Amino acid sequence: MTTTSTDASTVPDASEIPRRKPSRRGQYSSWLYLVPALAVFAVFMFFPLARSFVLSFQGNDILGRPAGFVGAEHYLKLLQDSEFHAVLLRTIAFVVLTVVPVIAISLMLSLLLHQRIRGIRFFRTAFASPFAFSVATASVIFAVMFNQATGVLNGILGTFGIGRVGWITDPHIALISIALTTVWMQMGYNLLVLSAGLGSVPDDIIEAARLDGAGGLRLQRSIIIPLLTPQIFFLLVTGTINSLQSFGQIHILTRGGPQGSTTTLVYSIYEQAFAYGNSNFGYASAQAIVLLIVVVVITALQFGLVERKVFYQ
Amino acid sequence: MLLIFLVLIGFPVYFGFAGSLMGPGDINAYPAALWPRSGAVLRNFAGALDAIPLLRQWGNSVAMAGIITAGQMITSVLASFALVFLPMRWRTFWFFLLLSTMMVPVEAIIIPNYLFISDAGLINTLPALTLPFLAHGFGIFLLRQAFMSFPAELFDAARIDGCSNPRFLLRILIPLSRPTLMALGFWSFLMAWNMYFWPLLVTQTPQMQTIQIGITQLKSADNFNAGLVLAGTVLAVVPTLLLLIFGQRFIVRGLTGGAIK
Repeated sequence: MTTTSTDASTVPDASEIPRRKPSRRGQYSSWLYLVPALAVFAVFMFFPLARSFVLSFQGNDILGRPAGFVGAEHYLKLLQDSEFHAVLLRTIAFVVLTVVPVIAISLMLSLLLHQRIRGIRFFRTAFASPFAFSVATASVIFAVMFNQATGVLNGILGTFGIGRVGWITDPHIALISIALTTVWMQMGYNLLVLSAGLGSVPDDIIEAARLDGAGGLRLQRSIIIPLLTPQIFFLLVTGTINSLQSFGQIHILTRGGPQGSTTTLVYSIYEQAFAYGNSNFGYASAQAIVLLIVVVVITALQFGLVERKVFYQ
Repeated sequence: MLLIFLVLIGFPVYFGFAGSLMGPGDINAYPAALWPRSGAVLRNFAGALDAIPLLRQWGNSVAMAGIITAGQMITSVLASFALVFLPMRWRTFWFFLLLSTMMVPVEAIIIPNYLFISDAGLINTLPALTLPFLAHGFGIFLLRQAFMSFPAELFDAARIDGCSNPRFLLRILIPLSRPTLMALGFWSFLMAWNMYFWPLLVTQTPQMQTIQIGITQLKSADNFNAGLVLAGTVLAVVPTLLLLIFGQRFIVRGLTGGAIK
């Protein structure tokens, strides 16, 4: 432990202020300001992380309380459980089905909205409005619309003579319907971010490209989209994490069904630990650790592989 | 082109509101009715308020989101102030430790947190809804970035004039970073207001549930009445819709903190 002798209570010489070495006393009072945040994180983040890890090696007593160590049993079960493999694949499929369309559509829309035409403000607010809907409100509205017998979507299809679709009751379609709901929910936010990004593209760059003869599509593809890559990358990373964590829309629309066709990793954790009076906290915790690993690995991959293509001004 | 997208994206919003005014005859019509043909039915709103304690749940949501917002602002301001201005050894380590919390998905730690709250006997209370969220890595990150652009001379000058740390914080730093604090406030409030998984786990009675959970209870009630369900949903979404319309500037700033320089 080394300390320097500058006493924080005396007025230091002005020239030495910026590079003042921390005194021991100054240290403690500095750390004091970190304590509230660190305390919350310690109790509700760091400690639970460790406990999740411990739980994943534990079994249950008859009351469903975690008890006794079972070694790597849960992890071995995960490796062999074909249902769990399906859950993982489904989770990845769900992420692709949501993140790719959201970014593609909102990119297209933000370019369309970046024009000087009448009433554009109305369009912008209207397109951003899904952002105001929480996962619960959006899912409830979609649940009403998806209803097979009486829902408005089948009602509209009926107008065109198309038979009823089992939006959330057909195991082949349910995951797509949930993805559709998720795409809608995330659209507003993606659009806000991309529009803000477009707004910060300097006019002189666009002007210069125009003078060089770039117009329309060429301008968008070679100039504007590269300049938006920081925002697109940000949306890719945050969107992937959000999709991986989707829970409310599945819980409200399908409860993981029909026939497990919408049970993703997070929903599977919920089912094992909390649904139907299950208390398989150990097995669920092993899945939670898998979730943590998946999130960290995918994020790291995105930073490692994709970020190189991002064009930072 | 824009109009096609407007219809596709705007329809659920429109239908949420229009449907909340439809009687059972219209909302269940086949082929569909796209507006309340047989007159607006305000009864849906009264019905939703009758079916579950919506006002009480509305209040629960406001209390929960308010406490979380205040908590996050306090913990973030204190931590980022120390990280940016105060002498500190291992500054980078502390910063990344606080930042790393953003990488942890809530769902990965939800079981131990639930067991902790349940062992502490806090299930179905306001502390259960709020305690785990009183600090957030994003708030610390956002404020740290804002404070970094603050001229360091101002802090040194204030110190030389005998201004104490808390005084500098309250009198100079907070007033001067109001826009960023507003952005953080909007962000925290929205995030808390919209929470679903955690409130679902730690509340048990309709009296303690937040409005997000409440409206889904409307949906799963035995006598499923779509108009009534949508009326409840409209009541739940109006505050955030107003927040979006009037606070868009701040929200964009808060949400895109990391994405836009």
